[in-house]
Amino acid sequence: MKILALKAILNALPLVINQMAKKHESVRKHLHGKNVTVEIGLRDGRVTRHFIFRGGKVVGRPGPEANADAHLMFKSVDTALAVMRPNPDYAVVLDALKNFKATASGRDDSIVWFGQLMNLVASSSWKFGALMGDGTTRYTNLTNGGPLYVYVRDGKIVRTTPIDLDDSDAPSWTLHARGRSFTPVRKATVNVHALSLKSNVYSEKRILYPMKRVDFDPNGERNTHTRGKSGYVRISWDEALTIVTDEIRRMRSQHGNGAIAVFHPAHHQWGNVNYWLSALTRFANIIGTTKMGMSPISWEGWYWGAQHHFGNNLRVGLPGFYGTLEDCLQEAEKIVFWSSDPESTSGVYGGGEGTQRRLWAKELGIDFVHIDPHFNKTAQLLGGKWIPIKAGTDAALAIAIMYQWVQEGLYDKEYVEQNTTGFGEWRDYLLGVTDGVPKTPEWQEAETGVPARDVRSLARVWGKHRTYLAAGGMGAGLGGACRGATGAQWARCMVQMMAMQGWGKPGVNFGNLQFGVPMDYNFYFPGYSEGGISGDVVNTGSAVNNYTRMPHALTMNTCKQIIPRQHFPEGIINGHCSGHLWDGFSLEGQFPKYEYPLPGYSRIHMLYRYGGSSLGTVSNSSRYIEAYRHPSIEFVVNQSIWMENEVQFADVILPACTSFERWDIAESAASGGYIAHSSSQLNHRVVVMQHRCIEPLGESKSDYQIFLDILTRLGAGALFSEGGCDELTWCKRIFDSSDLPRLVSWKDFLKKGYHVIPPDPSTIKTPVEMRWFAEGRAKDTPEMNPLPGQYPDQLGRGLGTPSGKFEFIPSTLRRIEADDPDRPALNKYIPSWEGPHSTQTFAKYSLQLITSHPPYSFHTFGDGKSSFVNEIRGHRALVDGHYYWILCMCRGDAERRGLKQNDLVRVFNDRGAVICAVDVSSLLTPGVVKAFESSAVYDEIQTSEGPADRGGCLNLLTPSRVMSKTADGIAPNSCLVEVKKWDGVVLEVA
Amino acid sequence: MKKWMMIVDVAKCNNCQNCVMAAKDEYVGNDFPGYSVAQPSKGHEWITVDRHIRGDGSMVDVTYVPRMCNHCDNAPCVAASGGAISKREDGIVLIDPAKSKGRRDLVNACPYGAIWWNDERQVPQHWTFDAHLIDGGWKEPRCVQACPSGALRSERVSDSEAEALVRDERLRVLKPELGARPRVYYKNLEVTDACFIGGNVSARNSTGFSDNVEGAWVQLSIESNGVTHTAQATTDVFGDFKIDGLPTQGGRYALEIRHDRYGIARASGKYADSIYLGSFELR
Repeated sequence: MKILALKAILNALPLVINQMAKKHESVRKHLHGKNVTVEIGLRDGRVTRHFIFRGGKVVGRPGPEANADAHLMFKSVDTALAVMRPNPDYAVVLDALKNFKATASGRDDSIVWFGQLMNLVASSSWKFGALMGDGTTRYTNLTNGGPLYVYVRDGKIVRTTPIDLDDSDAPSWTLHARGRSFTPVRKATVNVHALSLKSNVYSEKRILYPMKRVDFDPNGERNTHTRGKSGYVRISWDEALTIVTDEIRRMRSQHGNGAIAVFHPAHHQWGNVNYWLSALTRFANIIGTTKMGMSPISWEGWYWGAQHHFGNNLRVGLPGFYGTLEDCLQEAEKIVFWSSDPESTSGVYGGGEGTQRRLWAKELGIDFVHIDPHFNKTAQLLGGKWIPIKAGTDAALAIAIMYQWVQEGLYDKEYVEQNTTGFGEWRDYLLGVTDGVPKTPEWQEAETGVPARDVRSLARVWGKHRTYLAAGGMGAGLGGACRGATGAQWARCMVQMMAMQGWGKPGVNFGNLQFGVPMDYNFYFPGYSEGGISGDVVNTGSAVNNYTRMPHALTMNTCKQIIPRQHFPEGIINGHCSGHLWDGFSLEGQFPKYEYPLPGYSRIHMLYRYGGSSLGTVSNSSRYIEAYRHPSIEFVVNQSIWMENEVQFADVILPACTSFERWDIAESAASGGYIAHSSSQLNHRVVVMQHRCIEPLGESKSDYQIFLDILTRLGAGALFSEGGCDELTWCKRIFDSSDLPRLVSWKDFLKKGYHVIPPDPSTIKTPVEMRWFAEGRAKDTPEMNPLPGQYPDQLGRGLGTPSGKFEFIPSTLRRIEADDPDRPALNKYIPSWEGPHSTQTFAKYSLQLITSHPPYSFHTFGDGKSSFVNEIRGHRALVDGHYYWILCMCRGDAERRGLKQNDLVRVFNDRGAVICAVDVSSLLTPGVVKAFESSAVYDEIQTSEGPADRGGCLNLLTPSRVMSKTADGIAPNSCLVEVKKWDGVVLEVA
Repeated sequence: MKKWMMIVDVAKCNNCQNCVMAAKDEYVGNDFPGYSVAQPSKGHEWITVDRHIRGDGSMVDVTYVPRMCNHCDNAPCVAASGGAISKREDGIVLIDPAKSKGRRDLVNACPYGAIWWNDERQVPQHWTFDAHLIDGGWKEPRCVQACPSGALRSERVSDSEAEALVRDERLRVLKPELGARPRVYYKNLEVTDACFIGGNVSARNSTGFSDNVEGAWVQLSIESNGVTHTAQATTDVFGDFKIDGLPTQGGRYALEIRHDRYGIARASGKYADSIYLGSFELR
């Protein structure tokens, strides 16, 4: 019977293909793309047929064909039927392939092409998008700033809007607090950069075809020294792919393992298929490349400092946030925002979702305090007491508050007694028993600029009321004051303060109402760090859920060499560098040092760069320019959407398309393990089908397709694509791997484009973060990947510290402090190594530069490239026809330098110079200047005072020094500069 | 017929700029025949957000005021246009792109600066309340739909309903003295046309250090344009007081601060703008 069924399927195959080609242009187009012969059969020869594809038609013939381009052979008829059925079970397919129950041999491009044809035949009749009746079709997409409706007419995007939820979507939750009920607006709100993306898609900076640097000759003079200066010439995809694949082969044979480095940014366009932790990682593993060693940027002080007091290493050292929205609204009397500006940073990817909840807190009469050198957007919206502070001195203020608590007995002695260790040693430091210096409010005044009397008031208000501490952008850490030389001290103080106030008791927790909504925390849909299609169980979060739920082929990088991202220039220029691991599996995981290069491995000679953001986002990025031009870097290929930033340093540029031009699937704001349950910052969990709304512009292609094209030339396309899966097929595989099919069919989901995951019923309460700890119970909040070895006693009993308690003097740091005295177990105040105490530097450069996460672009995404975002007042300033980056400074500092609003200035130090426009206001603490960290534009000019960047990459000026010898975090907020009026004369444009 | 009105609650605006961006996304690159030609990609601010900062030192506040075409009921632009600009029955003012061609003069007809000149297409332009979408069945203009905090709200109401809203929610318009009768109303706008005088009150504690004084009684008298105002306040836990709602013309102030236990302080001087006077030590 089964034999007959197989024969019938093979007999009918040409008919089905030809019919689908008649009906669907996509199938027709693909069919016309190649003339090949494919043989399909059983290994024992009982069934064999071959198919001849010529001129957009296919005919089937009985019998074998030894000269076929592709041979698909099955050991058994069961395997053949299972693999060839539409919508197959990939667990069976993968088993068949891994164990050679099925084999695909012949030309790789033919196998991939045939597989793609089969997937197209299955998917071409799927429907998506809504006809609006006015000639537009409405699709859906997902961005770094939230989900969008995308209206398209005649293949062109007309508009993009946020998505209003309707009656067919799941209901919203309601919270009750102090006699009031709160329900969020039924909308998926977005950030402004999301709404700007139409202008980015059609930007004049789009790279529309492959290009080669004019003076780069892969077979002759490579002119590495002119990178960033010479122009480009258009080349064909064939030539581009030939150069890239020839270089990959040459690297492998001439230099060996490690010669190729994949160099990617921390963020990417949204989508679980095309994300860098997905398709790029799969590609890199198959090629075999030196990995870019990321450090937990934006987590600095929490990862390198705070976690040693309380565990939570799996959260990269951040506190959790479960149940805190309800607890805060119901119980808290005060919220202290400390270096926390969620109205600017929107959590991460959070749209405008948290604003409404913070306005609820205001309506309820919760008092606010804001500690920040800047009267930031959150302070502006909510009001409350502003405590301006000199940059980088926050730990001194915190220590003095704790001193005052001890002096006046305003801390939770019972909690400290029962739940912590080391308090006596800490108290002795505060009181000056150890060093003879009591850390009084007067002690900190000269350092921080905060009047001692305000410290006493704050200590009393805080110590006498149930207070939420909003520390960093998320409220539970991240960004802000943790990104400086004293960042670890500050983050450590934050958790020490909470431990003294009874962390976890009602109304006492971390949060700024940005996270911890009452959603369904048990519903599984993968976030981007869960590896997507990478198959990488080592370097992504894939192993936790994804790898078991979505059967797909494992990939492993054969190269063990890592180059630390923030020491990359030294690695290239000096030939060696070292870094510390980002390892969240234990508190000690971060201690080991690793070296580049690894013994016996090749140094890096080729960069596969993915986009361009380094000059705007990486500390002391001026170092990158020299590294890019270093003669040891023989080849740089950049796969990029736009010509921006460091893309202009590449030898060959491959044009990638935006997320509006390809298929993908993802949940809004779900990053996966980096910030587990990060979609709890949204009022509604929304999974979005990222429709291919328009065709890729020019000759651009999706990231996935570019990788596939390269790997097919290297004979690994079939492996990469698992037999020709296209992106839409991968989307369905991801959909099937999630909990979503329990709620909605693939057909309905694809058509509508999004699905709202219902919140838990109000009868199921989300446990509150740390409440279990305060009450001495077993842990009842989610632990994303339980590691029993982290607990001294039983799993889930106590914290993941050696003592199981909150450690005021962390025993893990005590073990290494002899080797790194700047990172002592006793969290004593050590002034910043670049700040007012750096006497010589400070005499020359007396302004402290803070570069914060931007509100209007997502890092470099949405900035520059003729984006509408440039037009936003407060993002860039249009002066004499040029959009300048904005530097905010206080009136006094401006007057002393003869500066007025929108004056062009040269911001400089020994590391470089950047031209900005000044925004003069009373919103900054004297001595502090503030700007955003992430200009997308690098535009070098010659001025009468030397070279300067007119694009606004202020990270050219920030230090590359790490926090301390073993705390390998960046410290961009410890940066001294001087600011001077610029004469506006451009001598030369680079 | 019911007419459109816009209500802007400045207390809910965090300057996210979504309204600004929605107007760019909608109009740049898109012609809507009969309504508008495409907005130039650079330079026009059909919707914009003004920033008002008050105070200095550690006592400042910031208010953001989104502005757009007011769709005035007594619109100076309509009067000046000779038929190129008209008022629809639903309250929306529209500049006819065909009839207004070449009429650069109309840019100056708007006392609010809400008409922009499109040099390439040679037409005056404004934010149309997204009339093309409203006529296509949209329930609200895009800026409202994109506003995440509820700072923007559009209503389609009768004249009497509008009056009730204005009364109940204490709504105001920009520059009412012009008599243009805008249909864009503002809530909580007072902070943008009033001054505050603020300060801090402290006293020496038993150890000789300075402490903030909570509950000190502050009496302020202001002389501005020949009129005397008085106001009172009590200091908060940080010893701060902030007396708001003062006339913006400036003038002279006199302060008296008392606390039963810590004593008294007096100060006087001139003010021209919102001002933070720093700390007063009671003796």
